[in-house]
Amino acid sequence: MSITTDDVFAIARLGRLRINDKDASHYAESLTDIMDLVAQMNTVDTNTIKPMAHPQDVNLPLREDKVTEKNCRDALLQIAPSAEKGLFLVPRVVE
Amino acid sequence: MLHTLSLVDLASRLRDRSLSAVELSQHFLDRIDNASKLNAFITVDPEQVRTQAESADQILSTGDSHVLCGIPLAHKDIFCTEGMKTSCGSKMLDNFISPYDATVVKRLANAGMVTLGKTNMDEFAMGSSNETSWYGPVLNPWSEQRVPGGSSGGSAAAVGARLAPIATGTDTGGSIRQPAAFCGLTGLKPSYGRVSRYGMIAFASSLDQAGPIARSCEDAALLLDAMSGHDPLDSTSVNNDPSTASAQLANTISGLRIGLPKQFFEDGIDPEISRAVDVAIETLKSLGATTVEVDLPNSAAGIPCYYVIAPAEASSNLSRFDGVRYGYRCEDPVDLADLYERSRSEGFGAEVKRRIMIGAYALSSGYYDAYYLKAQRIRRLISNDFDTAFEACDVILGPTTPTTAFGLGAKTDDPISMYLNDIFTNTVNLAGLPGLSLPVGFDNAGLPIGMQLIGKFMQESILLNVGHQYQNVTDWHKAIPQEYQA
Repeated sequence: MSITTDDVFAIARLGRLRINDKDASHYAESLTDIMDLVAQMNTVDTNTIKPMAHPQDVNLPLREDKVTEKNCRDALLQIAPSAEKGLFLVPRVVE
Repeated sequence: MLHTLSLVDLASRLRDRSLSAVELSQHFLDRIDNASKLNAFITVDPEQVRTQAESADQILSTGDSHVLCGIPLAHKDIFCTEGMKTSCGSKMLDNFISPYDATVVKRLANAGMVTLGKTNMDEFAMGSSNETSWYGPVLNPWSEQRVPGGSSGGSAAAVGARLAPIATGTDTGGSIRQPAAFCGLTGLKPSYGRVSRYGMIAFASSLDQAGPIARSCEDAALLLDAMSGHDPLDSTSVNNDPSTASAQLANTISGLRIGLPKQFFEDGIDPEISRAVDVAIETLKSLGATTVEVDLPNSAAGIPCYYVIAPAEASSNLSRFDGVRYGYRCEDPVDLADLYERSRSEGFGAEVKRRIMIGAYALSSGYYDAYYLKAQRIRRLISNDFDTAFEACDVILGPTTPTTAFGLGAKTDDPISMYLNDIFTNTVNLAGLPGLSLPVGFDNAGLPIGMQLIGKFMQESILLNVGHQYQNVTDWHKAIPQEYQA
């Protein structure tokens, strides 16, 4: 299968990435190669096989519903690119 | 020659106080300084090393300490360390100082181990050569024109050049075992769930595991025992008794059944590697092991399956890097979309972007069944293959990699050939099993050759036992690159 530069722009948008024209053709080429490699999966008959999402086919453990984390708001805001009065700052979203 | 002593020997000197933790860590800091050209470390903080070493000395002087107290180690820069930069090899996290320690870091610090620093790695652990790091490539201490392997390339180069007695690594498709093979070391990927992933920056959450990169199985067992065990902070951590691999190293391997999958010995493997592995098999037989041919019929589908599942999980995991809460933010974003897209495009390198795109594509509407669901079905077949094979044997054996360390730059423009490096290792992650790589010789160019042992779920102690018995009668693991011997 062939992935075009238009596909690359669409896929990049899904991943919230911005790809310039020069890189797009390079990515189109390598993604085409990789999806060709991935297509080798189709040589295996899996019709009756149950999907395996995880190496442990067990139920995840439950814990008591009580607060275990201490408040670490200040420590987390300290490493934010921009924060003020207990909030993360981003560009204006609503005019 | 402190850097040539095993962890057991170092521990005994530390305990009888003929050696101090401060002295020992200074020895390794000096070595790190002298070998800076290898680019094995991203962060080293001598002041913090000294503080930790002094506190270890204090505990040692009480006579009541953990066996690893005072032993220095290096952490792959994927483990969060409170107060010390954790970059994950990425510009995205170049300014990131974690507000907490990973469980692995905390456990080893509680044992009294001294953190020498954080090692270089492929960006977000995506790579097999350490060339995708934002901090530049790492050189292989056996040949500076070669890669150390990846993604735990800095940890492997550091232990290979004896800049640290032992290091942590992580392995999603081979990232501990392949660099261990390329650098002549013993590297263990434990069973999925054996070691806590809390505070270990996620790449592909159903595949990632942390483990030791060491000079011997004996050293690796000590670190595994200390870093493993149930962690309530990681709901996938297995609620079993902690590993006791060290106590089982001396067991005899007489009667051990070794499975040899024909798929691991087919064409395409460097004949020098095949020969070295064959000789190692004979050595194990001389210790009482027997061999049996086993079949892993779906092995070839491993790489295609892996390159759907790992990027799919990665694209989800890496969506958290948005330029808002931590990490890199672009200059002067005009709106929120611009903030997200430019922060991510400027903060991530080319390979990370490529994998995010593969994942986003495989998970996108209309393609989910054809890619992600198909890959999950193949994953079960691969896991079933191992179950069947293990009915006839106790461990599975083969080469770790199809070639020895390749040249710097040799595969950077060809992602497929880079991905195929993990052909023997990735299925082990898909099935969640433990895998061990250990050195079994050198090729004609003087580069180390690695052999892989794969075990049943939660049976890493048997792998380390077999490896230890092999290392008792061989010297490959003791070899040190000429330049780093003294």
